Amino acid sequence: MDYFLELFFGGLTRGSIYALIALGYTMVYGIIELINFAHGEIYMIGAFTAFIVASALSLCGMSGWSLLVLSGAVAMIYSAAYGFTLEKIAYKPLRKAPRLSPLISAIGMSIFLQNYVLLAQTSDFISFPSLIEEFSFMENVTVMRSTELVIFVTTAVVMVLLSLFIKFTRMGRAMRAVAQDRTMAMLLGINVNRVISVTFIIGSALAATGGVLISSHIGQINFYIGFIAGIKAFTAAVLGGIGSIPGAVLGGLILGWTESFATGYVSSDYEDVFSFGLLVFILIFRPAGILGKSSSEKV
Amino acid sequence: MKAVTTNSKRPLPGLVLSEIAKSAVVAVWFMFLTFPIMVIRISPLDNIIEWRWMNLLSVGAGTFVLSFLWRYLLERKERGGGHNEALTWQKRVGLRIRSDRRIHVPGLIVLAVFAVIFPFVFSSYQTSIMITALMYVMLGLGLNIVVGLAGLLDLGYVAFFAVGAYFYALMNHHFGLGFWAALPFAGALAAVFGILLGFPVLRLRGDYLAIVTLGFGEIIRLILENWNEFSFGPSGIAGISRPGDFGIGLTLQGHTIYLYYIMIVLVLLTMVVVSRLRNSRIGRAWIALREDEVACQAMGIDKTKTKLTAFALGATWAGFVGCILAAKTTFINPASFTFMESAIILSIVVLGGMGSIIGVVVGAFILILLPEYLRAFSEYRMLAFGASMVLIMVFRPQGIISGIRQRYVVRPEIEPEKGGEEDAACA
Repeated sequence: MDYFLELFFGGLTRGSIYALIALGYTMVYGIIELINFAHGEIYMIGAFTAFIVASALSLCGMSGWSLLVLSGAVAMIYSAAYGFTLEKIAYKPLRKAPRLSPLISAIGMSIFLQNYVLLAQTSDFISFPSLIEEFSFMENVTVMRSTELVIFVTTAVVMVLLSLFIKFTRMGRAMRAVAQDRTMAMLLGINVNRVISVTFIIGSALAATGGVLISSHIGQINFYIGFIAGIKAFTAAVLGGIGSIPGAVLGGLILGWTESFATGYVSSDYEDVFSFGLLVFILIFRPAGILGKSSSEKV
Repeated sequence: MKAVTTNSKRPLPGLVLSEIAKSAVVAVWFMFLTFPIMVIRISPLDNIIEWRWMNLLSVGAGTFVLSFLWRYLLERKERGGGHNEALTWQKRVGLRIRSDRRIHVPGLIVLAVFAVIFPFVFSSYQTSIMITALMYVMLGLGLNIVVGLAGLLDLGYVAFFAVGAYFYALMNHHFGLGFWAALPFAGALAAVFGILLGFPVLRLRGDYLAIVTLGFGEIIRLILENWNEFSFGPSGIAGISRPGDFGIGLTLQGHTIYLYYIMIVLVLLTMVVVSRLRNSRIGRAWIALREDEVACQAMGIDKTKTKLTAFALGATWAGFVGCILAAKTTFINPASFTFMESAIILSIVVLGGMGSIIGVVVGAFILILLPEYLRAFSEYRMLAFGASMVLIMVFRPQGIISGIRQRYVVRPEIEPEKGGEEDAACA
């Protein structure tokens, strides 16, 4: 039972992170119908920025929760800035281009950003400082670690805030309008460019949050972490129904548990095979995802 | 003409100032953006911060200049004037080269002579690099069927490459099967895998398809890496036989030259087959499917059959090249079949021009030979690949050499026949 619970909480943690990254995919897809292939790289840049800031600050003698909050905040700002710039360079000039063009440009951006970090920093795995401190009340709990609790709670809080933002603010309403019909929203006086930028900024900041939390949980990063995480988060987004925010959360959790239980009970060698297999399976049998609406294509 | 008129408007002092201000803003923004990653580096051993301020300056200066270029090109593209002019200029030169026998016949002869004497003039190291480039030409042409003609973005193309390579390696290892016997089967097996992948993804639209094929490619690689009993895991398979020489007894250098000629023949074969395919009924169906799936079905084209043949025929070439790779290096392991490989092949197709055969050949030579000969820049290779994919998509989506659409011109005064056949065969 303890083993089961351990896997359950492990899966919950992974699932939360996938959900945080998947939100970026799903929001961007909902608004401009583009798979932002470079989203995983934004997450990776968030983790690297946090690593650099945290190391620099801890050399200056800072420690504890303030270190986590400060480096997390800087990482979020930088990831958001990267996401904003990415959209302006690689996607905005291609709004009217055929569907394949922005996708190829996104793949190019993803390769570019990976190699940018590889060349500017290092190709090795570097150890990430554990920014999340152990709670004293968690000492007797064996099935769950403190970091896992922090990750889960943070994710839940972020989800709630995001839902409130989308539901009740002016910008949230504009985002929903643009997602439904971009041309109509433009005619009603919504600044579509600004809405798209805000979407990229929010999605990227969420990815950075995920990056900082999971890196400090796992304890190491390299330039390539964004690629696998990106594909898995995309799987989560598709699983739940791309374009749907609760769907991304649900998909993330299902994916996290699938991986956790499959590696725990079947084999750890094939961890990624399970998630890719699940992705292929879902796309074949229910391409619209669990909570997604299927739509037909018109000429 | 339009470009000239705007140029004469440019040197207004206010305009110049505002352009400089814009570029300055961009430069400051990128200096901010790249600050933590480009400037600070923490050495992991002794925890010392290394400040690299020079990087900041070069980023600032570089983006300042580039932002002028970026805005100028974007403006030109949006106006469309300069762009179209360049295209017609190019078309004129292209048409002239193709239509004028005095230019293209000597050109082809020089090229052919160069290709034939190449291994005797240059060292066997150079020949080996050329073989690699030719392998990528074939891979690019194969992927061009799937991506360029049928418009199906396949990010797991390397999986078929792996299938061919592992087929020959395993057959050679266990049963001692020779290269020439394995080659057709490697292609056929890759085609079967292409159909296997094609079936489930038939219903998927462009971007979903990309992700599923990527997942498929990764699954194949992970299986090869982890299934030790079958594929010998990450350590790979060594001691694979080189192509059989029918008892001549070639030296190592002789084998390289031999493989070079095999590649030349295979590349020519691929070019002929792909160009004939493109002008065939199925090729036109692919192009129609790329342009509009729903309309294409409405015209009575069998979507299932068309997509599956695209996957199968595209995969076949990767299977052949996989077999050749195994025979060339005599050693393979799963590390040769990562996503990056797929990305390189895709960038060859994108850079060269989707749908264009000559374009893909040129693209492969540029992307493979350039980093080999500019060793100093070889570590920036992938960086440049990524950047060029973005830039090509933004400024020149048709690639270096765009595919020429076949046109049927009725010329009543000569004979009522199609006039574009030669054009298409050359392009």
